[in-house]
Amino acid sequence: MKTRRDFIKISAVGTGAVTLGLSTVKLAKASEPGSIFGKKAKNQVAYERFPTYCEVCFWKCAGWTYKDEDGKILKIVGNEEDPHCNGRLCPRGTGGIGMYYDEDRLKKPLIRVGEPGNQSFREASWDEALDLVAKNLNKIKKEHGPECVALFSHGTGGKMLSHLIKAFGSPNITAPSFAQCRGPREVAFAATFGEEVLSPERTDIRDTKCLVLIGSHIGENMHNGQIQEMSEAIDNGATIITVDPRFSTAASHSKFWLPIKPATDIALLMAWIHVIINEELYDKEYIDKYAYGLDQLKTHVKNMTPEWAFGITTIEPDTIRETAREMAAASPAVIVHPGRHVTWYGDDTQRSRAIAILNALLGSWGRRGGFFNPEAVHLPKYPSPAYPKPQKSWKDAFPGQYNLVHEVLTTGICDATIPNPDLGCHLKSWIVYGTNLLASLPDQKKTLEAIENLEFMVVIDTMPMDITGYADVILPECTYLERYDGIRSSPHREPNIALRMPAAEPKYDSRPNYWIAKELGKRLGLEEYFKWNTFEEKLDWQLKKVGSSLEEMKILGVKKMPREYNDLYSLNGEDYEFNTNTGKIELYSTELANEGFDPLPKYTPHPEPPQGFYRLNYGRAPMHTFSRTANNANLTALKKENSVWVNPRVAKLWDLKNGQYVWLKNQDGVVSSFPIKVRVTERIRWDSVYMVHGFGHKEKRLSRAYGKGASDSELVTHVMTDPIMGGTGMRGNFVTFILNDPKKEVAS
Amino acid sequence: MRYAMAIDTKKCVGCGDCVVACQTENNVPIGYCRDWVVENVAGTYPQLEVEIRSERCNHCENSPCVRCCPTGASHIVEGGVVLVEHNKCIGCGACIESCPYDARYSHPDGYVDKCTFCLHRVQKGQDPACVSVCPTNCMYFGDLDNPNSDVSKMLATRKYKVLAPEAGTNPQIYYLT
Ligand code: SF4
Ligand code: SF4
Ligand code: SF4
Repeated sequence: MKTRRDFIKISAVGTGAVTLGLSTVKLAKASEPGSIFGKKAKNQVAYERFPTYCEVCFWKCAGWTYKDEDGKILKIVGNEEDPHCNGRLCPRGTGGIGMYYDEDRLKKPLIRVGEPGNQSFREASWDEALDLVAKNLNKIKKEHGPECVALFSHGTGGKMLSHLIKAFGSPNITAPSFAQCRGPREVAFAATFGEEVLSPERTDIRDTKCLVLIGSHIGENMHNGQIQEMSEAIDNGATIITVDPRFSTAASHSKFWLPIKPATDIALLMAWIHVIINEELYDKEYIDKYAYGLDQLKTHVKNMTPEWAFGITTIEPDTIRETAREMAAASPAVIVHPGRHVTWYGDDTQRSRAIAILNALLGSWGRRGGFFNPEAVHLPKYPSPAYPKPQKSWKDAFPGQYNLVHEVLTTGICDATIPNPDLGCHLKSWIVYGTNLLASLPDQKKTLEAIENLEFMVVIDTMPMDITGYADVILPECTYLERYDGIRSSPHREPNIALRMPAAEPKYDSRPNYWIAKELGKRLGLEEYFKWNTFEEKLDWQLKKVGSSLEEMKILGVKKMPREYNDLYSLNGEDYEFNTNTGKIELYSTELANEGFDPLPKYTPHPEPPQGFYRLNYGRAPMHTFSRTANNANLTALKKENSVWVNPRVAKLWDLKNGQYVWLKNQDGVVSSFPIKVRVTERIRWDSVYMVHGFGHKEKRLSRAYGKGASDSELVTHVMTDPIMGGTGMRGNFVTFILNDPKKEVAS
Repeated sequence: MRYAMAIDTKKCVGCGDCVVACQTENNVPIGYCRDWVVENVAGTYPQLEVEIRSERCNHCENSPCVRCCPTGASHIVEGGVVLVEHNKCIGCGACIESCPYDARYSHPDGYVDKCTFCLHRVQKGQDPACVSVCPTNCMYFGDLDNPNSDVSKMLATRKYKVLAPEAGTNPQIYYLT
């Protein structure tokens, strides 16, 4: 296939001395460090430590960056006042300095040059690169409308780009955190309780008596606050029940481990509901007062007995009954955890609904030890004109679909980018901020087809991730330790705000997101949306509106504010109107019924692995975040590659030895680009294999990550789409082992 | 005074934060470590047990590493903390050989290095870096001679074990089981 875009390994920067020489001259002018840092740069040295909040994952723990007398960044330590971390960062946050010191970082703006088939990147000045981006965006706006530009964003800095794109006139702003992650649970909880779970999760783990984890591997996923609270719960003697085909770390700390057959969780959940209703263990007062649809639910689960579920899940009926009773005994201080990455089998909203219903029956929503009611500090927006009203959106590609979705689907953007005769608008340009789409989206073929059809693509990142190889222009951002960002204001038990300020000047020729957004704004004629002169000015204005100031926040880092409403646990008999059609907790969902979906969750069987294949399960390691930390020297020192977990029975069948490297091939014949190490372990069932997500990078410039381990994303070619909210179910892929280098075999 | 550490294996999740925090606190070169994490799996599916442990120098009361050191670089200070004086150390590696816990490494600068219980922090009244960072709060540090210290309290109420007791080194890292 002829491609518009060669994948360029950035190591092959095709420049020549001429351009380099030229850009040096321009850079001296464009860099103007004063314009980014203002005069503050010098004063900063007077501080011993600088407040920040971590950007290595979405938990955004607040901490302090420490510097020595020579101005060298030494370490990052948690802020004791911060409810996200209580003074303790996780390994990734502690190792965040590795991001700053990474010598493989993107250093200069890069521009794609040459003819298809023979393309490379050349270095450019910021002026040249930004001018080029603005020229292309303006051209697309003129020819097709501003709505034909989409922004993929991940992380705090995306907000400024998002502001820019809204001002530009496009509503197509998306993040993988919805359709590839927590979307199903948000839609399901909104359908049930009229409210989402939010991030950080409103789970009151600290005070719970019983925590139920369905495939959620807290401890391997390092969602800091949750793990700390789980530890506290263990100290307090709480019961943990873990449902997982793998003996996860959480399972090893649990009183009950239910080694479920993969893909059958809904059957277990329905059987639990059956027991709780049948044995009248539910919170009657709570259900009478707050819930709608108990009768329908009763009828629905009548035959969903533990014996029925046993045949599906392989979990003994007695165990199902015993665990249901444990939950009821702890009620209402019980949490059936909604999970976070829950896009598994395409019926994920229904599974999340079953979880929500179970919580409702146990009376845990709005109760101590269950789910608290979080509150956030409302930060006013810095004054700027209203955004133009878009005429079209990605949803035009899905007439009548996804009415319950209030976010933009990443995969929807891909679909709306691939030309289709029935489509009014298709997207022409992407801006990709801080997300490696080749690892964060499933079905790489489709992503690449969409990219192939773009007229123009910009990637803004700190590292040369795989996605940067497809960009027309690459803009190097500085890391979170070198920049200001928007104030963190997140919903929690106590409303609080946190400041991120730079501890050092940006290394190389990198720039912060807000500077990039403002500079692009200028070039797109959108100056009036960026009226602040310095970012400090904007932050100070906002902080003063909520009774603080930049000066104060530089000293505190984190500030807690009193709650406006005294309703942390609000459902102890108080009157309450839920934001649902009936104003009640909807056990039976009228909203889903209206949309033509099952109003009560049902178990449906999912395909099983064919002979000789194993279900591919993936997850997290506590020292890595997605694919983005794979090159961080401090963290690769802990774990430099992933391995594939194989049950000893399977290993025997294939004659696999611990430590041996194999290639994985999936049901569609896709073979992993790199080999992966075998870990023979009893911790995994014989019908599945397991690997940690985020490895197997193809970009050579990532000197520590290149070719280390295999990429699960690459092997997820079969996607089961959730009809309710468009989530991409990724756990229906099956792999087998290839023992000898497949490339060599082809060659010989 | 007798400094010691208790580590709760019922809470540790093997995240390695203790390792990274030690590295950044003590400038341990990347690729080396003063503390590390071990995972033991026992049983067969689905009857399984996993124990995860953060390990480091045991600051042994009866320390072979100190006894065998030809220069006196390895020595014992206040609270029973075993230290290596970098200037005196000739890097012969006798101590590395003698340690039953493999707790020491050869620093690329030519001396032997290991856990110091973060004495520089402890003297300021802070916990060692690993203890202070652990997200599961599973490590307790303090003075065994003081019954009110965190570590004394844990050892008074919980079951515990030490590693390789048969080596007779009288190690001072206790694992709560
Ligand atoms: S959980 Fe870890 S990586 Fe995530 S924000 Fe907190 S310290 Fe950073
Ligand atoms: S930081 Fe704590 S939980 Fe993590 S490995 Fe070390 S001891 Fe275990
Ligand atoms: S653990 Fe090893 S290095 Fe530490 S005191 Fe004991 S023998 Fe010496």
